[in-house]
Amino acid sequence: MESVFAVVVGILYATGLYLMVRRSIVKTIFGLALLGNGANLLIFTVGRLSAGRPPYVPIGALEPLPPVADPLPQALILTAIVIGFGVQAFALVLIKQVFQTVGSDDVDEMTTTDRIADDGGQG
Amino acid sequence: MSNLLFLPLIIPLATAVACLLAWQHRSLQRVISLIGAVFLLLAAAVLLVTVQQEGVLSVQAGGWSAPFGITLVADLFSALMVCVAGGMGLVVAIYALADTEAEYERLGYHPLMQVLMLGVCGSFLTGDLFNLYVWFETMLIASFVLLALGGKRAQMEGAIKYVVLNLIASALFLAAVGILYGVAGTLNMADLARMLRESESSGPIPVIAILFFIAFGIKAAVFPLFFWLPASYHTAPMAVTTIFSALLTKVGVYALIRIFTLIFFVELAAWQPYILAIAGLTMVIGVLGAVAQDEMRRLLSFHIVSQIGYLIMGLGLLTPLALGGAIFFMVHVIAAKSALFLATGMVLRLTGTTELKKLGGLYRHQPLLAGLFLVAALALAGIPPLSGFWAKLALVWSGLESGNHYLIVAVALLVSLLTLFSMTKIWAAAFWKEAVVKGATDTLPPLSRRVFWKMAVPTALLTATTVLIGLWPEPLYALCMDAARQLLLPNAYIFAVLGVQP
Amino acid sequence: MSSIILSTTIRLLLPLLLLFSVFLLLRGHNEPGGGFVGGLVAAAAISLYALAEGVEAAHRILIVNPRQLIAGGLLTALGSGIIPLFLGRPFQSGLWLPHSLPVLGHVGTPLLFDLGVYLLVAGMALLIVLSLMEEE
Repeated sequence: MESVFAVVVGILYATGLYLMVRRSIVKTIFGLALLGNGANLLIFTVGRLSAGRPPYVPIGALEPLPPVADPLPQALILTAIVIGFGVQAFALVLIKQVFQTVGSDDVDEMTTTDRIADDGGQG
Repeated sequence: MSNLLFLPLIIPLATAVACLLAWQHRSLQRVISLIGAVFLLLAAAVLLVTVQQEGVLSVQAGGWSAPFGITLVADLFSALMVCVAGGMGLVVAIYALADTEAEYERLGYHPLMQVLMLGVCGSFLTGDLFNLYVWFETMLIASFVLLALGGKRAQMEGAIKYVVLNLIASALFLAAVGILYGVAGTLNMADLARMLRESESSGPIPVIAILFFIAFGIKAAVFPLFFWLPASYHTAPMAVTTIFSALLTKVGVYALIRIFTLIFFVELAAWQPYILAIAGLTMVIGVLGAVAQDEMRRLLSFHIVSQIGYLIMGLGLLTPLALGGAIFFMVHVIAAKSALFLATGMVLRLTGTTELKKLGGLYRHQPLLAGLFLVAALALAGIPPLSGFWAKLALVWSGLESGNHYLIVAVALLVSLLTLFSMTKIWAAAFWKEAVVKGATDTLPPLSRRVFWKMAVPTALLTATTVLIGLWPEPLYALCMDAARQLLLPNAYIFAVLGVQP
Repeated sequence: MSSIILSTTIRLLLPLLLLFSVFLLLRGHNEPGGGFVGGLVAAAAISLYALAEGVEAAHRILIVNPRQLIAGGLLTALGSGIIPLFLGRPFQSGLWLPHSLPVLGHVGTPLLFDLGVYLLVAGMALLIVLSLMEEE
C-alpha cells in the first residue's frame, strides 16, 4: 500500500512543480495547491498506514486497546488542509486582483518592480 | 506564573478582536492598537525579566503534558526576540498614526497588524514543530493581505512573487515536518532534541535537515533564495515595510538557529563550511545589489539581505561568541534598519519621492531628519561607538579566534566597507548634495507639526536605541552570551519541557 | 440571475441546512462533525441564498456583518481559552459542567471553542464569497 501512496505523492509533486514553472500565475497557484496536497498525503503515508481502530479510550481503561491508528498525522493533515484552504482562497482573490490591475496572467509582464531605473515601484 | 507565556499571544489576539469589533470607528481602532502594543511590550519585558531570573519557562496548552500536547517555551533567546518584537510593534504603531492612509485603515490595517504580531510572537515561543508551522502561516496570511491591501500595480506584482515563494517554503516545511514525524514519532522540539541531537547523522535525517534549511532559508532570504524580498518589500506602505523588514525575515533566522542548534546539531557542525559559504554569498550579493540601486527603499531592501548573511555567519561559526554575536546583531539590525526605513518614510512624505536622483539638499530644511538618518546609517555600517560596531566585532573576533575562518572574516569586513559606501552614497545624495532643481525643496508644503512628530519620535527612539546599545553594550552583550550558551547546551530547555534530564 | 426553482428550493433548504450545521457543531466533540464543517455548511447555506436572491438579501437575513461574525468567533474561542486561567489552570484547559444538559449533552469550554470556530469559519467564508459576488 505504501508504494502506491509513494507513487501518488510523487505524481502530485511532479504535476505541482510542472504547473509552477509555467508562466501563467493561475497555473502557478494550481501547482501550489497540488504541492500542498502532495505534502498532506506524504504526512499521511509516513505516519504509517494501518487499518486500526479509532484511538478512543474504552470506558474503564486507561489507554486505547491496540491496534489503533495514530491520530496525530490525521490531526496535522486536518490543520494543514484548513490552513491551505485559507491560503488558497486568498491566492485566488489575489490573482483575480492581479489580473485586473496588470491585465495579464503572464509573470513575464510583472517585472516593473525588478527594474532598476524606473519610477521606483510607484506605478 | 508560567501562564505568563500565554500573554504575548492573548494580547495581540484580543487587540485584533477589539479592532474588528470597532470596524466602523477608525480612530478608536488606532487607540486600541496603540494600547495593545503597549501591553504587549510590557508583557514581553516581564517575560524577559522572569526568564532571566528563573531560567527557561515552559507551559503546556490545555494541560496536556509534553510531548503529546502543544508546548510553549521561553528561553532567553525567545524572550529577547519577543521583547524586540513588542518594541517594534509599539514603535510602528506610533508611526502608523501619521503614515497610514485612511484607505488602509478602512480595509483592516489594524487587526491585520495585530494578527501579524500574534504569528511572530507565537513563532518565537512555540516548542512544537507543527505549531511553528501554524504560527508561520498565521504570520504569512496576515503579511500577504497587508502587502496587497493598496491594490496598486507594483504592490500586486510584489505580492504575487512574495506569496508564491513563501507558499513553496511552507509546502517544503510541511513535508519536512511530516517526514520527521515518520522517522522520530514526535514533533516536540525538546523531545526531538533528546533523540536526535547527539545521535549519528544517518538515513533520512540529513535530508530532513536540508528540507528545513531550504524552507527557513527562503523565509529568511538567504542566498540564493532571496530574490522575492527586494521585489516585494518596497511596494508596501512604510510602516508595513518596516515591520516586515524588522520581524519576518528574522523569524526565519530565528527558526534556523533554533532548529539547527537544538535538533540538527550534528548536521550543523558537519556543514559548517557550506553554511559559511552561504553566509558570505548572502552578504556580498545583497550589498552589491544595494550598491546598484538608485531608489532608497529598494536599496535598503537589498541591505536586509546583506545583513541576514551576518546572522547566518554567526550560526555557521558555531561558537558561543559567534552565536551571541549573531543574537546581538539581530537586535542591532532590527533597530538600525527600522530607523532607516522610518526615516525614508519621512523623506517620502516630505518630498513625494525616494529616487536618489530627484532628491537633494534635504539637510538644509530637515537637519533633525538628516541627523537621525546619518546615525542609523553609520550604525548599520558598523562605525564605533554605535551598536553595529560591537555586533560586527563579536562576529569577526569569533571568526579569528576559531583560527581557520579567515575568509569569511575578510568577506564580512569587505561587506562592511561596501555597506558604508552605500550608506554614505544614500546620505550624500538625499541630504547633502545640492537639490537637482534649485529651490525645488523650498516650495514643498511642510508637514504639520503633529504629523512630523508622530513620525520623528519613533525614528528617534530607534536611533537612540542604537546609540544606547553602542555606548553601553555590556548588559545586552551579557544577555546575548547567556542566550547563546543556552542554545549550545540545551539541557535546561529540555528539562523545562519534559521534566527529565537528557 | 433569478430562478423560481432555485429560490423556492432555497427557502425550504435554508432553515434545514442551518439546523444541520448546528447539529454538526454539537455532535462534533466525539463524532464526525465540529465547528469547522458546521461553519462551512452554514456559510454554504447563506451563499446559496445569495445566489438565488442576491447579495443584498443575503446581507439582510444575516443581520450582522460577516466581519462581526469573525470578531465574535475569535472572542468566543479566546474566551474559552481564558476561562481556565481564572481557575488557575493552563490556558485552553478543558473544563466541564458537572451535569449534562438536555439536548446539548456535556457542556464545557471545548464546546465554546467549537462555537467560536463555527462563527469564525462561517464569517470568513461568507466574507470571501459575498465580497467576490458583490464585485461582479
